Amino acid sequence: MIMDVLPYLTAGWIFLVGLYGVVTSSDLIHTVGSLAVTQSSTYVLLLAIGYREGGTAPVYGDTSARTPVVDPVVQAMALTDVVVGATVTALLLALVLQAAKRHGTTDPDQLTGLRG
Amino acid sequence: MSRRVRTWVFLAAAAVLGVAFAAACTGLPDFGGERHPYGDRAAAAALRQQIANAVASVTFDQRGFDTLGEELMLFGAVLGTIVLLRRAPDERRVRPPRVRVLPSTRAYGTVLLPVVLLTAAYLVAHGHLTPGGGFQAGVIAASGVHLAYLAADYRVLERIRPTAALDVTHAAGAAAYAALGFAGFAAAAGTYLRNAAPHGTLRELASGGLVPAFNTAVFAAVGAGVVVLLAHFLDQALEIESAEERSG
Amino acid sequence: MSLPAEQLPPLAVAVPLLGAAVVLVAGRWLPRAGSDAFALGWAGLTAGVLGVLWHRAGDGAVRTVVGGWEPGVGITLHADRLGAGLALLAAVLVVAVLAYSWRYFDEPPREHTGAFPALVLLFEGGMVGFALTGDLFNAFVFFELMGVAAYALTGYRIEDPRPLHGALTFGVINSIGGYATLLGIGLIYGRTGELGMARVGVRLAGEQADALLVCAFVLLLTGMLVKAAAVPFHFWLPDAHAVAPTPVCMLLSGVMVELGVYGTYRIQHTVFEPAAIVPASVFRDIFLVLGVLTALLGAVMCWQQRHLKRLLAYSTVAHTGLFLTGVALVSRDALSGTALYIAGHAAVKAALFGLVGVLLDRHGSVDEHRLHGRGRGLRTAGAAFACGGLALAGMPPFAAGLGKAAAEHAAGVHHPWVIAVYVAVSALTGGAVLRAGLRVFYGAGPRPELRPPPDEMTGSHEPPEIKEPVRGIPPTMTGVPVALVAACLVAGLLPYAAPVPGWTPAGVLLGLLSTTLAAASATAALRWPAASSHVIRPPARLHSGRVGDYVAWLTAGMAVLTVVLAVRV
Repeated sequence: MIMDVLPYLTAGWIFLVGLYGVVTSSDLIHTVGSLAVTQSSTYVLLLAIGYREGGTAPVYGDTSARTPVVDPVVQAMALTDVVVGATVTALLLALVLQAAKRHGTTDPDQLTGLRG
Repeated sequence: MSRRVRTWVFLAAAAVLGVAFAAACTGLPDFGGERHPYGDRAAAAALRQQIANAVASVTFDQRGFDTLGEELMLFGAVLGTIVLLRRAPDERRVRPPRVRVLPSTRAYGTVLLPVVLLTAAYLVAHGHLTPGGGFQAGVIAASGVHLAYLAADYRVLERIRPTAALDVTHAAGAAAYAALGFAGFAAAAGTYLRNAAPHGTLRELASGGLVPAFNTAVFAAVGAGVVVLLAHFLDQALEIESAEERSG
Repeated sequence: MSLPAEQLPPLAVAVPLLGAAVVLVAGRWLPRAGSDAFALGWAGLTAGVLGVLWHRAGDGAVRTVVGGWEPGVGITLHADRLGAGLALLAAVLVVAVLAYSWRYFDEPPREHTGAFPALVLLFEGGMVGFALTGDLFNAFVFFELMGVAAYALTGYRIEDPRPLHGALTFGVINSIGGYATLLGIGLIYGRTGELGMARVGVRLAGEQADALLVCAFVLLLTGMLVKAAAVPFHFWLPDAHAVAPTPVCMLLSGVMVELGVYGTYRIQHTVFEPAAIVPASVFRDIFLVLGVLTALLGAVMCWQQRHLKRLLAYSTVAHTGLFLTGVALVSRDALSGTALYIAGHAAVKAALFGLVGVLLDRHGSVDEHRLHGRGRGLRTAGAAFACGGLALAGMPPFAAGLGKAAAEHAAGVHHPWVIAVYVAVSALTGGAVLRAGLRVFYGAGPRPELRPPPDEMTGSHEPPEIKEPVRGIPPTMTGVPVALVAACLVAGLLPYAAPVPGWTPAGVLLGLLSTTLAAASATAALRWPAASSHVIRPPARLHSGRVGDYVAWLTAGMAVLTVVLAVRV
């Protein structure tokens, strides 16, 4: 019974844990890492939704076209999502690197100059 | 807001969202269920198009427009990194140190490099038949190049990594993806991104119409792009010296 | 043109994206001016394709399934007058921005003379794709493409610490919004097994609003409201706009933020409204409150600023609040009025940012107090700036004023109190711009206080974005803003057919009223500088510049939205 929803619940938990990391972070690298955690909730949710009991990978390399397969659409979405995650992480880390040089700190609460 | 207040505001809000999301999950079909209408349509369409790897069929054919955005996003991230990690006027470039490595490490890297590149070539060529494809192959090839750094040193990596050529390659790969969409224009009454090439026979290397071509374009864009991206991060760590580092 | 209309939407996305890659490669060999001109060509081509599309869409919609697939397998694009119009607006603004930033930055990265225009073209591709798509996941992809290009553009000036900070905040908050949207897409996909917005709407017909649909609605809209800078999702906007390079601000404020409002409308209108999951009356109540709160907070914060870019940024928050209010009225008239308002605002706001860029270039400062009287030599710029302030205040016959009048007219049918909000917010933001313009370009009023208040940005000692000491102001830097203000004026004089009613006596009177109030408040602020600034401190303190605070507010906003919606449906 609980197995019917547990994978979905996991996604929600991961999302909130990632946000908690961003809220309480005292290091920008940790902030970017927490953001990546937040995003991984979307992979979990998408793949969980596409799962079919007893289904194989949606690749008809050596299986018959009648074999039940899991949903290929969520897999393609997760693939795109992975690229989104990689690009955002790369850009944010580049910004953190330069911010550390120019501000002399990686504590997000120590970055000053924008307020009011 | 003090950190304490901030944390409590968040926890209170998160509790509400957690309850709402848990309630929402009970409204989803049970995990592992049989009903996947779009998935079934996509799998059937993949077989119709003679593409054994249904994920590749969705990625490059049925929903190729998503992948166009995705490839250009990657292109944007590499370009953004080039822009953000450029050498600032007050910084200078120093020669990275030469590093001694064990001969066995060096030999292992030398042997492994061709194996990795061959794996990548296999994955991209069979992307429409078996799991894998241009993106995966590109990442593998790019990490293979970095064996030079692990098994030798940064100077060796810089020698085998023609940044200027790779820079053009990654942009050309992204451009090729967008341009391949126009192939459908010539063949099929002005339909952008139509898979207009002959589809061949399922499970044969020459099948899937334009999907192998899209895979190759993505391979070029990703493989070269990741090397260029990492080059800028590694340069920051190993070569670029800020004004402070110089004086201190 | 012999192409069938349904082939234009994918082309309008593909052209700028292909252009970005080609311009970057060409930039290895082309000189600066060559790259800029080449990019301008691609942007012009995109605008041309979108112009034809907009014309062909007419009052209906052009529907495309990309790649010639059947609906339900391929990605559906949906270009109606609103979506195609916003895409066209983005394209025209990109042309203006590329012309404005002609030889703008002094040192493009070595061998990458095309880097800046290529990023702008990518940004354009993302905006056009987002405006034209009719597919939930595809909208997420273009939402993120817009984001990636915008973060890099915001942090473009790496030698200044503040843009890096602003870009980071921008990136983190917008990414969280995007991921929330994707979770919402996941929930909807799990329930309906569809990604096309219209197909989801059909699938949901007859269903009761349950926890899943409420949660999906909130998650989907979180990303849109972050983009639209609605309270309390708005904190990133002033931080990013105050520090991004001026040409980038023109695009962010002019059209990207408005696309968040459009996304909100599109999702409600296509997915949740037809099946009455979120009935129009509930949407109206919730988003009227949200829009009005956003507009008022933005206007109050705008009034208090002396950092000119931040002042304009808060005025964008205020106006986006008004646009959200217009969408919340759920009427065809309010919607078309708001669309015209968005177009007029885009031209004026981009022009105002462009003129602040001229000040930054000349004086290395965007501090209203320090610049007192120093813009006297810039006659054309000063006149254009004042006209911009009047247009923002809703003065007839500017198009922004006509859009405002049309939205007010529609609001008057059921919610006459909303008219007061439109007038007050226009007066306050227009007044702030007029006050700044009179001080800077005409030296009006006594010399203001130079000492910075304790917790506020002043904008003095900003590094100029261009470092070529001995050259005049490039003609495009004044010419483009003047052209944009003129375009806003001309667009307000065109004869419109229903649903935009054109100028009515009531509209003219309300426009004159808000303009008079704006002029009066500007005059009062110039005469009694101490009494009129810093009236309200607490909201200013909330804008702390700390990303952790902003994420806490974002989460709180999602929670409140969930509770309110759960109670109402």
